[in-house]
Amino acid sequence: MFHREAGVFKTTYAADMALYPLPVAKWTVAALALIFAVIVPLTLHDYYLSILNLIFIAIVGALGLNILVGYTGQISLGHGAFMSVGAYTAANLAVRLDLPFWLTLPAGGLMAAAIGVLVGIPSLRIKGLYLAIATLAGQLIIEWTINHVPAISGGAQASIEVDRPDLFGLVLDTQGRLYYFLLFFAVLAIVATLNLMRSRIGRAFIAVRDQDIAAEIIGIDIFRYKLLSFAISSFFAGVCGVLYTYYFGIANYEQFQLGVSIDYLAMIIIGGLGSVLGSIFGAVFITLLPIVIRMLMENVGSLFFSESDLASVVSGTRLAVFGGLIIFFLVIEPEGLNRLWRNVRSYFRVWPFSY
Amino acid sequence: MRRFVKSWLGLAVATGSLAVATSAFAQGKELVFGFQCDRTGPTATVGTALCPGYHDYIGLVNSKGGVEGYKIRVIEVDNEYKVPPAIEAHERFKKEGAVLEGLYGTPQTAALNKKLEEDKILGTSPGFGTAAAADGKRFPYTFPIAASYWSQAGAAVEFAKEKMGGLKGKKIAYLFYDNPAGKEPMPILEDLAKTEGFELRTFAVPAPGVEMGSQVTDIVQRFKPDFVITHLFGRAPSVSIKELKGKGFPLSKVVAFVWGSAEADIIAAGGMARAEGYNTIQFAGVGKDFQVLKDIEANYKAQGKSAPKEMDSTVYYNRGVMIAALHVEAVRNAIRAKGGATPTSEDVKKGMESVKGVTLGGLLPPMELTPTDHEGGGWCQIWTVKGGKLVKAKDWFQGYRAVIQKHLAADASKS
Repeated sequence: MFHREAGVFKTTYAADMALYPLPVAKWTVAALALIFAVIVPLTLHDYYLSILNLIFIAIVGALGLNILVGYTGQISLGHGAFMSVGAYTAANLAVRLDLPFWLTLPAGGLMAAAIGVLVGIPSLRIKGLYLAIATLAGQLIIEWTINHVPAISGGAQASIEVDRPDLFGLVLDTQGRLYYFLLFFAVLAIVATLNLMRSRIGRAFIAVRDQDIAAEIIGIDIFRYKLLSFAISSFFAGVCGVLYTYYFGIANYEQFQLGVSIDYLAMIIIGGLGSVLGSIFGAVFITLLPIVIRMLMENVGSLFFSESDLASVVSGTRLAVFGGLIIFFLVIEPEGLNRLWRNVRSYFRVWPFSY
Repeated sequence: MRRFVKSWLGLAVATGSLAVATSAFAQGKELVFGFQCDRTGPTATVGTALCPGYHDYIGLVNSKGGVEGYKIRVIEVDNEYKVPPAIEAHERFKKEGAVLEGLYGTPQTAALNKKLEEDKILGTSPGFGTAAAADGKRFPYTFPIAASYWSQAGAAVEFAKEKMGGLKGKKIAYLFYDNPAGKEPMPILEDLAKTEGFELRTFAVPAPGVEMGSQVTDIVQRFKPDFVITHLFGRAPSVSIKELKGKGFPLSKVVAFVWGSAEADIIAAGGMARAEGYNTIQFAGVGKDFQVLKDIEANYKAQGKSAPKEMDSTVYYNRGVMIAALHVEAVRNAIRAKGGATPTSEDVKKGMESVKGVTLGGLLPPMELTPTDHEGGGWCQIWTVKGGKLVKAKDWFQGYRAVIQKHLAADASKS
């Protein structure tokens, strides 16, 4: 990541495919682990931890969507709805059967995966924008169903309160405790995706994305892999929805409406389609940027505007700056922040002898 | 590439130095209020008028020396009606030591209920969240501080009864936005339909609520009701006014819940003149005829500025003033109870629970907040469009309070 590969020669395919391409990378990972597991939670204020917590949840969701859109090339506008499926499954199990989170969480994921496969069936016949509309229909149908079936939604309010997750008697109710809870699942999701993508399944996904007819000719079962991609992606979305549910303490379908699906699409497009690091960058970017812009504007703006005018100026310009920055980054590098990062890195790799 | 990297570094340095130059606030006797708002999201039409009202009232209080000697600093966060930013906003308020916070949005209120309780910071949710939140025992740190949808349903039926001189054998149509908030008043309406003996039929409008031609046709030509109660949000209220008027239903037999009641909704439907007779439920006073609004204008004049144009949108602006006034009152009670010492957020919660008799000359209802009633009695007013402006048709009243309380008790025993 931050190091050079001088003197390292790979002699086997296994070495080339390793998660750590260089021996020294182990130290980078160890350092990152130390920073995020020890230093960050001990030094940062709860407020910053709460932002990180939102980012961790977003990472899980963005990774899931990237598996589908970035790696398999199937577009989905139903990601928010899959989250709500996971959220309501977990909430119902937690409240009615009093199950702990380590059972409700995979259950939420699996239920979302099942629904995801169902919504993904049209992908076998249609592609691109047509599929986008088909999944959009899925989003709306799921929203409507939750809104109108009290057995799922728990009444007219369509919201189910859940207790904080409980780990061997330790109630995870502070931002610090939730930090570790969510960090664990974010890391799990990252490692799982990295491994998935260097497996046979991941390669099949990429083959389907690049040219599905060619993929079929070389023996990849398109039917199976497209639906598998929907299932895995929705599983991540479901888990993401469960994490939101435990983090907010409530499952509410209004938290997972179409806007959320679009936010997550924005994350992976800005971060970089078909890359794990890109999903992380995207999640960080979309969550953090509005906050950073607001903080800067509040500080800079107080030089120009009175306190009463500032509020309206900040929210108006924030959107403009946010949109402007998204365009700026995409124009610089249409392949997203991940590619930008790789460009910077490869520049420094040979620096100062660039020729 | 080199140039590109340089520009990046430059940006990073600029960002860093700005962050260091974070404003240093004068630390006098100061209390921090957190206020969430939506000036840019789907409910921006509300937020852009409501939030300035909040700030202007706080500014007025500060210009007069603050509350019992404490200046108030408001931190506003625009949550764009999204949930994650609302969580972030709450944590920021907590970090800045806010003694209370104003919530904005129904899903946001739902997502924060638990957090407020854990962090012991009260949040006000006028017109948002669930009717059940009025129960202070179940939701100790959530304060609707205004008539809930249940209370509004009671008020609407009582108004209809008054207008028609009895409900027996009458037909009432309920036209609502098909989301949880829209469905919430139904148990009350159904209960009243039984006890009062009128026929109720409900008509759902799917999101985003701009297409309701078939529903209105159904209402006007098939059901032929004696009265219509509407509960719509966003653009939908204006569409409903247009459709009902266009299909020949008299608007004087229509009453709208609080989010379909602003001047902007009526003007967007073709102007005040066309909506003659349209009835609206309000939980804060309407119009400019209040001393506090004149004081705010005078405060602007004293600073050499003209009054902001948001003041013309009196329905929402006055609601902002109302929220601010209740916040200030809660803090005043808390400071007094502590003999002038700086109150904690828990003191402020007790202060809010003893708010009573603050009316700002009729802008606020004669509400009384108690540890068990966080709604303050569920008071409503009805304002009717008459001669190009909203005119008060019915002063503060509590519609079917006993029925609402019965439902609250039943709901509490269920959970």
